[in-house]
Amino acid sequence: MNPSMAITEAPGLFTADGLTGLIFLVMMAVTLIGGIISCCAERLVRAVAGLIVCFIGVAALYYFLNSPFVAMMQMLIYVGAVCITIAFAIMLAAPEENKKNGPAGPLSGPLGFITAGLITIGLIVMAMRAKFTSLPKVNDGTMKEMGIQLLTSYSMVFELISIVLLIAIIGALVLARAGRSK
Amino acid sequence: MSLTLLNVIVAVVIAIAFAAANAAYLVWAERRGAARIQRRPGPNINGPFGLLQPPLDGIKLMTKQLMIPGGADKILFMVAPVLAMAPAIMSFVTIPFSQGIAAHNMEIGVLMIFAFASMGAMATLFAGWGSRNKYAVMASVRAVSQNVSYEIPMLITAITVVMATGSMDLKTISLAQAGGFWHWNIFPSLHSPLMPISFIIFFICSLAETNRAPFDLGEAESELVAGFHTEYGSMGFGLFFMGEYANIVVGASLTTILFLGGWDCPFGIFPGVWWFLLKIYILIATFIWIRWTFPRTTIYGLLNLSWKILIPISLFNLLLTAGLLKVF
Repeated sequence: MNPSMAITEAPGLFTADGLTGLIFLVMMAVTLIGGIISCCAERLVRAVAGLIVCFIGVAALYYFLNSPFVAMMQMLIYVGAVCITIAFAIMLAAPEENKKNGPAGPLSGPLGFITAGLITIGLIVMAMRAKFTSLPKVNDGTMKEMGIQLLTSYSMVFELISIVLLIAIIGALVLARAGRSK
Repeated sequence: MSLTLLNVIVAVVIAIAFAAANAAYLVWAERRGAARIQRRPGPNINGPFGLLQPPLDGIKLMTKQLMIPGGADKILFMVAPVLAMAPAIMSFVTIPFSQGIAAHNMEIGVLMIFAFASMGAMATLFAGWGSRNKYAVMASVRAVSQNVSYEIPMLITAITVVMATGSMDLKTISLAQAGGFWHWNIFPSLHSPLMPISFIIFFICSLAETNRAPFDLGEAESELVAGFHTEYGSMGFGLFFMGEYANIVVGASLTTILFLGGWDCPFGIFPGVWWFLLKIYILIATFIWIRWTFPRTTIYGLLNLSWKILIPISLFNLLLTAGLLKVF
């Protein structure tokens, strides 16, 4: 499907565009369902499973945005590394399963719903009012272009992120060392 | 447009069929190979050379009862075997078997295979945790720590090859090595003198990533009953088994493409899919041979091998290759 093409009428279901649209909607649903599972799950492991479903849906959306590289990085880093680390932490911490939270205040439910509803309505209004213009294509989104951009225009951001990671590694080492001497 | 769609569907069906057929018949090959190494006949009754054994095994497994232990996390328990098989099949979509035979050639093929391979650890984790069995949990913790630590040297060696070729496209990587074995990435005088060592590191990592002996700590039957699939019976167990073999085929294919020239003939004549298949089956035979020759290592030995030996060497080769590419 050509994204810059203005869609005047809905394509038939069994055309290529229709099927692409259907898959897009399914992936939207997968993302949302994953998010809902990870918020509502009572067992922590299921929350991680929901998070994985959500990440896979997001990766599929990146693929739809014509950047398979970002989609695959999403899979490799978020599903393959972040979720595995979270799951590992859960296993090591061995939480009590089916643990309920303490009694909530009488207003917490309605207030939560009102906040969520207001934010949703606000976002919908914003999306409806906004005028979507197709921006000029910066580059073709390939790995090579991204690498060049990361090491030239965005090298400062790139280096700062690596410093954050370095600090995280040092922190992990300090924590692990303290645990070992006990 | 509909023709492209048809192409994709046919290609995906072929990829699934290839993965499933290999998974089924490699079980037979493994049992025959094990028997040969242990000087006994192996399964040789059903059909010629026992070739009917895999379908009969499948029927047997499917007629068994699938029991879900009480207190198990039912959803995770059911999802885990599917997760073990699905990423391997996804990887087949991008593997080129020869110049014309590839379901969907992607510019980022290497990355895609690693992205899906990293999902395999989730299957082990969910299987272990969902079973609510202490042996299964211990085995899955072991298997996942092993998978995570061997993914790093594997990715670093893959990056070395990608850097030398200048592409992540599996087809481009294969074509860059065309024209005889002295053009293959494994050949030491081409990119870096450490390339044969990189190949060995990659091979060891693919053994460890697929949970094969001597690194099958996740299913150490002498300490952990049967490891992460202790509670699985019937086809749930069958799927784990098939997933393991499908992953082996993916690992062997990736090794062949990255280091052994893909479908290129060693002497530069008649390149084609037969050379690719020959190479991956030689690698798989080596997998089987190693499994029945070496005893299992310990978990500490395994993790030390990765973090203290394989990662430093592969990092050094990465730097060396980068330097040599810059100089020459």
